[in-house]
Amino acid sequence: MKIIVTLACCLALISFNTAMANTLRIAFDADPVSLDPHEQLSEDTLQFSHLAFDPLLRWKQNGQFEPRLATKWQRLDDRTIRFFLRRNVTFQTGHAFSAKDVVYTIERLKKSPDFRAMFDIIESVSLVDDFTVDVHTTYTNPLLLNIMAYVFPMDKVFYQNHDQIIKYGESFASRNVSGTGPFILVNRELGSRLELKRNPDYWDKNSLGNVDRIIFTPIRADSTRLAALLSGDVDFIFPVSPIDIERTKRVAGIQLVTLPSTRILLLHMNQARRKELRDRRVRKAINLAINQPLIVKKILKGYATPAGQLSPDSFLGHINDLEPEYNLAKALELMKQAGYEKGFRISMMAPNNRYMNDEKVAQAIAAMLGKIHIKVDLKTLPKAQYFQEFDQRSADIMMLGWQSDTVDSNNLFEFIIACSDAKTGLGAYNASEYCQPSINDDIRQANREMNPEKRRRFLQQIERTLHKDSAIVPLYWQDLIWAAKDNVNIQDIVNDQNYPYLGDLFIEQK
Amino acid sequence: MLIFLLRRLLQACFVMIIISIISFAIQDRLGDPVRQMVGMTASPDERAQLRDELGLNEGFISQYWRFAKGALHGDLGTSYYYKESALTVILSKLPATLELAFCAILIVTLVATPCGVLAAIKPKHLLSRFLMVLSSIGLSVPIFIIAIFMVYFFAIEWNIAPSFGRGQTTHVFGIWESGLFTKDGLHHLLLPSLSLALALMPIFIRLIRAEMMEVLQSEYIRFAWSKGLSARRIYFIHALKNTMLPVITVGGIQAGTLVAYTILTETIFQWPGMGFLFMDAVSRVDTPLISAYLMVVGGMFVITNTLVDLIYGFVNPTVRFASHGL
Repeated sequence: MKIIVTLACCLALISFNTAMANTLRIAFDADPVSLDPHEQLSEDTLQFSHLAFDPLLRWKQNGQFEPRLATKWQRLDDRTIRFFLRRNVTFQTGHAFSAKDVVYTIERLKKSPDFRAMFDIIESVSLVDDFTVDVHTTYTNPLLLNIMAYVFPMDKVFYQNHDQIIKYGESFASRNVSGTGPFILVNRELGSRLELKRNPDYWDKNSLGNVDRIIFTPIRADSTRLAALLSGDVDFIFPVSPIDIERTKRVAGIQLVTLPSTRILLLHMNQARRKELRDRRVRKAINLAINQPLIVKKILKGYATPAGQLSPDSFLGHINDLEPEYNLAKALELMKQAGYEKGFRISMMAPNNRYMNDEKVAQAIAAMLGKIHIKVDLKTLPKAQYFQEFDQRSADIMMLGWQSDTVDSNNLFEFIIACSDAKTGLGAYNASEYCQPSINDDIRQANREMNPEKRRRFLQQIERTLHKDSAIVPLYWQDLIWAAKDNVNIQDIVNDQNYPYLGDLFIEQK
Repeated sequence: MLIFLLRRLLQACFVMIIISIISFAIQDRLGDPVRQMVGMTASPDERAQLRDELGLNEGFISQYWRFAKGALHGDLGTSYYYKESALTVILSKLPATLELAFCAILIVTLVATPCGVLAAIKPKHLLSRFLMVLSSIGLSVPIFIIAIFMVYFFAIEWNIAPSFGRGQTTHVFGIWESGLFTKDGLHHLLLPSLSLALALMPIFIRLIRAEMMEVLQSEYIRFAWSKGLSARRIYFIHALKNTMLPVITVGGIQAGTLVAYTILTETIFQWPGMGFLFMDAVSRVDTPLISAYLMVVGGMFVITNTLVDLIYGFVNPTVRFASHGL
């Protein structure tokens, strides 16, 4: 019996091997927690959405939008955009895609606990005809397109009537998928494997993509993930730890692709907990004592961009002349003026497994603050516990990383520095307890201003105020680092939001 | 006998209750499960509502009471991440761990026995000395160092074996996902089982050597020599039999170490077994799964220990009358 089983398996394997055309084996650090695209707003869920579903429109590498399931769009007035949808697209169940699916999906997004905050501004969606929808916002909104990039139409016929979004239990949508995307899910072992095959009826015939099968394995440990690539067991990994970069570069047949991301790392100085931090001179001194370029060079091996503000280069709010400043003499002078020549003790917390080398960076910062006689009691925690502490504002200085959901400065401001308001959710991550009413006004204005020039002025004004007040300590924007075999052309399909468009990935035959 | 049996079972129950309290009490220390379920931008209100739905705002006693009631019915809660019964999840990962442990034990038995015997028979021999030095080093080098070196040489430099995962698996008897019946599966098993074996090996080599030396001094072996039995017969039949008894006992005690080592090995090799599951659950704050794992592993220990005690009681009646201080 056993022999027969073994033989059958061998035969199956052999036939299987010949059928394998272009298999891409991927190892990332996390897998999507659910197949329901609306259950969690997180990087891994969105990565999966780009495989099994298509967005209405998506970001290109140059920061422009390109049409996907929407072929074009036009603004009807300040509060309405009309989307013209692609025809002859089918879901993997065979159901035809039409405007009703888009309406259904947006209405479901408005019910999702995670996406609700973003989609609240959409008042309603109306059907014009089978392939046209009008999206109305509650007030004039310049970022509607950025938000619509999160709409991955779901198969209404397939999901309807059993589409609850449940975060901790069984739901139909968390186990079953029907999208229009380039890949169809074959099987999934939660936490250890995800397998997809090419969608034979995919609408995008112009795509160069030639991947027939994807085997995705989440590998949490950096060294195991890299070993898997170096030993040839996988073809494409993310992320690569900075300490391994030099080594990986030396390996023949392996390529490294990096892009600056828009994720900003910063420190919050809690003004409610410590009277010392209410003094602008002390905050300024802390800003001057921290040497961002050195941290980037030594600890992140150059794979980040030192920051003197929150908005990265590509954002509207970015101000070119705000560079990080390091001046120890001036910092000491300011401490003296503020009456803290002898310094003081302060508590600091940072995660140790959330951002690139976060723990080492925190230790370096603690040492730098020691130079201006601030003794830092540093505590680093795994992210699972850290954010609990963050919510409770448990330390005087806390580290935070933030990537803007809308690819716009205002999202950073709303969450990180707006005055905290439990009702609206504004300032949810403002662990500085810094509150500047003028900033809140600017945020509100920038949310409604349609003229990009005027909008830029509002956003830059916020950055200026932050800098003037030394409200926070911006550290750096961290890079994204992928590695793959040479014949896998990942450089064409990765982007700064880390949603690799694997549907367009071209693998060269060796 | 009946008294003894009841007493042992009572003790076992008592230990299980303690384990359940401890495994439940650490839940609050691990972090916030709700944070793992929602994205960064979910509002505090949403999170508070979710905490309510999960019953995390109730008092410790009432939460524990619910957990204990469920545990008595064989329900250890529902994993947040896998979204099914925690016990089912753990049992589905059990085959992978058992296969790994089984292969490691097999390697240990096949390698440690001849090495130990050799070191006992010819203690002055160069090879024996070399073995003893090696096992001393082996005792003091942590398993993850061994594993990382193995990956580096076998997987990256020489490309002999895959570096992670379980490879191709087949269903055996309909319930058991096994990697033992495919070439790919065995291939994947090589490095992790070897690492695990190398971690356990030194202690057994030394133990077998010590026991064997002691046995070789005994009267009946001398008698055997004087009877003119062949050396092979004396060493491998008469002496080895009596050597192995205490070794097996110690082997049973080492089961705990084995569990600890599988957690490490599975993490390094991304081996989808129980240890890997546990580490994953810890980083995801999947509290029901963590408690369930501790209960299951604790239960295994309690059951094996109780069984061993009972068997001893049958075999050696004097044990039964020794007071156990209960």
